[in-house]
Amino acid sequence: MDLSYTETQDMLRDTLARFLADTYDFETRKKMLANPEGRDPGIWKAISSELGLTCAPFAEEYGGMGGGHLENAIMMEELGKVIAVEPWLQTVVIGGGALTAVGGALAAEVIPQIIAGDAIIAFAYAEPQGRYNLADIGTSAKADGAGYVLNGHKAAVYAAPWATHLLVTARTGGSRRERAGVELFLVDAKAAGITMRDYAMVDGFRGAEVYFENVAIPGEALLPGGIDLIERVVDEATVGICAEGTGIARKLLSGTVEYTQQRKQFGQPIGKFQALQHRMADMLVDVEQIASMSLMGTIKLDLPAEQRKAAVSQVKAKVSRSIKAVGQNAIQTHGGIGITMELAIGHYFKRSTMIENQFGPADWHLERYEALTLPA
Amino acid sequence: MDLEFSPEEIAFREEVRTFIAENYPAELRGKQDEGDELSKEDFLSWHRVLAKKGWVAPAWPVEYGGTGWTITQRYIFSEETARADCIRLMPFGLTMVGPVIYTFGTPEQKAHFLPRILSGEDWWCQGYSEPGSGSDLASLRTKAERDGDHYVVNGQKTWTTMAQHADWGFFLVRTNPDAKMQEGISFLLIDMKSPGIEVRPIITLGGEHEVNEVFLDNVRVPVSNRVFEEDKGWTCAKFLLAHERVGIAGVASSKRGVERIRSIASTELEGDKPLLANPFFRRKVAELEMDLAALEFTELRTLSGMAAGHGPGPESSVLKIKGSEIQQRLTELTLEMAGHYGAPYFRSFGEGDNQHAVGPAWANKAAPVYYNARKTTIYGGSNEIQRNIIAKMVLGL
Repeated sequence: MDLSYTETQDMLRDTLARFLADTYDFETRKKMLANPEGRDPGIWKAISSELGLTCAPFAEEYGGMGGGHLENAIMMEELGKVIAVEPWLQTVVIGGGALTAVGGALAAEVIPQIIAGDAIIAFAYAEPQGRYNLADIGTSAKADGAGYVLNGHKAAVYAAPWATHLLVTARTGGSRRERAGVELFLVDAKAAGITMRDYAMVDGFRGAEVYFENVAIPGEALLPGGIDLIERVVDEATVGICAEGTGIARKLLSGTVEYTQQRKQFGQPIGKFQALQHRMADMLVDVEQIASMSLMGTIKLDLPAEQRKAAVSQVKAKVSRSIKAVGQNAIQTHGGIGITMELAIGHYFKRSTMIENQFGPADWHLERYEALTLPA
Repeated sequence: MDLEFSPEEIAFREEVRTFIAENYPAELRGKQDEGDELSKEDFLSWHRVLAKKGWVAPAWPVEYGGTGWTITQRYIFSEETARADCIRLMPFGLTMVGPVIYTFGTPEQKAHFLPRILSGEDWWCQGYSEPGSGSDLASLRTKAERDGDHYVVNGQKTWTTMAQHADWGFFLVRTNPDAKMQEGISFLLIDMKSPGIEVRPIITLGGEHEVNEVFLDNVRVPVSNRVFEEDKGWTCAKFLLAHERVGIAGVASSKRGVERIRSIASTELEGDKPLLANPFFRRKVAELEMDLAALEFTELRTLSGMAAGHGPGPESSVLKIKGSEIQQRLTELTLEMAGHYGAPYFRSFGEGDNQHAVGPAWANKAAPVYYNARKTTIYGGSNEIQRNIIAKMVLGL
């Protein structure tokens, strides 16, 4: 057992942290979000091809550094610290994770494009009726000769407007909510028959409703593995946003502490008041637990499926609850200014709140944990 | 970074498992199974077995009798002893005054006291709190006045755990009444058989005689029994509290506690279904396991930091807060499981006859244990004091 980071991992963290410190201050981020595209594409290019960070979690056979989940967690945490609207989760953790899991020609083709920063992947899995049930899929993939034809509607797809590829869950057979028959496809985002209604997300990202109308895709687009593969990919993504949440929670706390040392009421800095000190001490306890759970999730991602799912659900349930507490305490401690667009703190809160429910809220994960570990 | 045990660590785990199976005192095991009150000899029987093996103080430096184990080995050892339901060793010598003596003590103090702590020859108690000084420990008034090469100590201590068995006590006393609060305090080692010491029992809500009042009336203490400089005892006190907080998390024993609840709630029926199938009860179990996992990884991160040469610093307050809350929730759930049989009271603590109990044995102790566990968020610096420490020492407020 060993919980220490390697020198290479520390170096990766420092490299990204320094780059983001220079390029991602609050004012610059605000300008990026105001671009028509909602981001500065040069940043993603710099992170990938210039700094070479996207190669960290990939195997050497694809041109990677041979890292994995831990490297992803390190990057997600640092991106969280600046509430970066970069598609690391969707492209590297989810897209890269799915491709790594299946291997083969598709992985050999697309992973190097991810590493180079040329491929951006969006994960089109949610549907308007499905909530967090990954098998509640109405989108159909009908076999058609050697390929498939996609029809359906995917909801609130993060990063879709920027994507070169869509990773799509669709049904090749079975009835709605049946586990069998759900498959994962990697689709060219520009394929004929795909339309998107783009919009801004409340947390600063861009997203879209994605509609598939008789979209013909080749047979090679299928990533074999069915619902088991999809669950694994979503578990990896869940831990990814927990790591992002660690970075965000740390900033919610440090921002709040700084503010209470400057803001004066009743003739003294409000940080001197015990009512607020205890609120912030509770925030620290939650922040530490978020960091601990994020680490536990990262380390346990390669356990056998049942154990992995139980562990990830413990992690996400705890992170959802704790980050809600940290976010709400940060705003309450700031007072009125906390609910304006003016300070960074509110923008951290906007993203942290989305993390609570993304890939399932606390109660959903506790229920999954119970089903896996307690007798019915 | 990984969670896997190496082949050497797995072999070590087997060694510990086998050692416990072959050497845990049978009489002690029997008393634990019956739920009998444990005597001083019972506590010492397991202590002596570990002392003989050289495993009684894993965290101590090797030169003073520690094991030289890695953090992982210490983790394995505490997991295995909890798994096998071994009693917890009394912390007053091993994890409280021992580290103070080897860190701040004179060569003579080290040579005299440390081997006797290891062997179990001396039973220690902690003279910190006073009737007027609880959370505000530094306001303590027990005074020690110099008289030649002795201090003359007068005052009253309270909440002194297991003082009825103690051979020695470590006391915080005021040596300089004119100095600012924390600055006039000294750390004294006092022979509990000294003339002028009186120990009176305090009976707590579960009926236990666990804590005491200790009265000191002109107790003469050699100056050579002062640890560290005169008026600088607060340094020792703070050091001790930070060390105490790490162990206080009680992760391994709480894991064992959850297992016990799972096992009882799987057979205890509500209607025709196990209690564990009740959606509200199972949610509480799931939440407890979730919080315990978070505590375990927070402790592992702290230990890993300590192995790299940091702390244990004020972050250990996080472990104290969450660890104590979880210990309490375990007792709450057990009492809830007990249902009607939470009410009958059959325990005897030294006085009266131990009548034949009714209901399941575990239920019979549920309420006394619940009452007793309220102490966990109060002692070792109340959880509110821990929040003050975090605010001041970690957040810099």
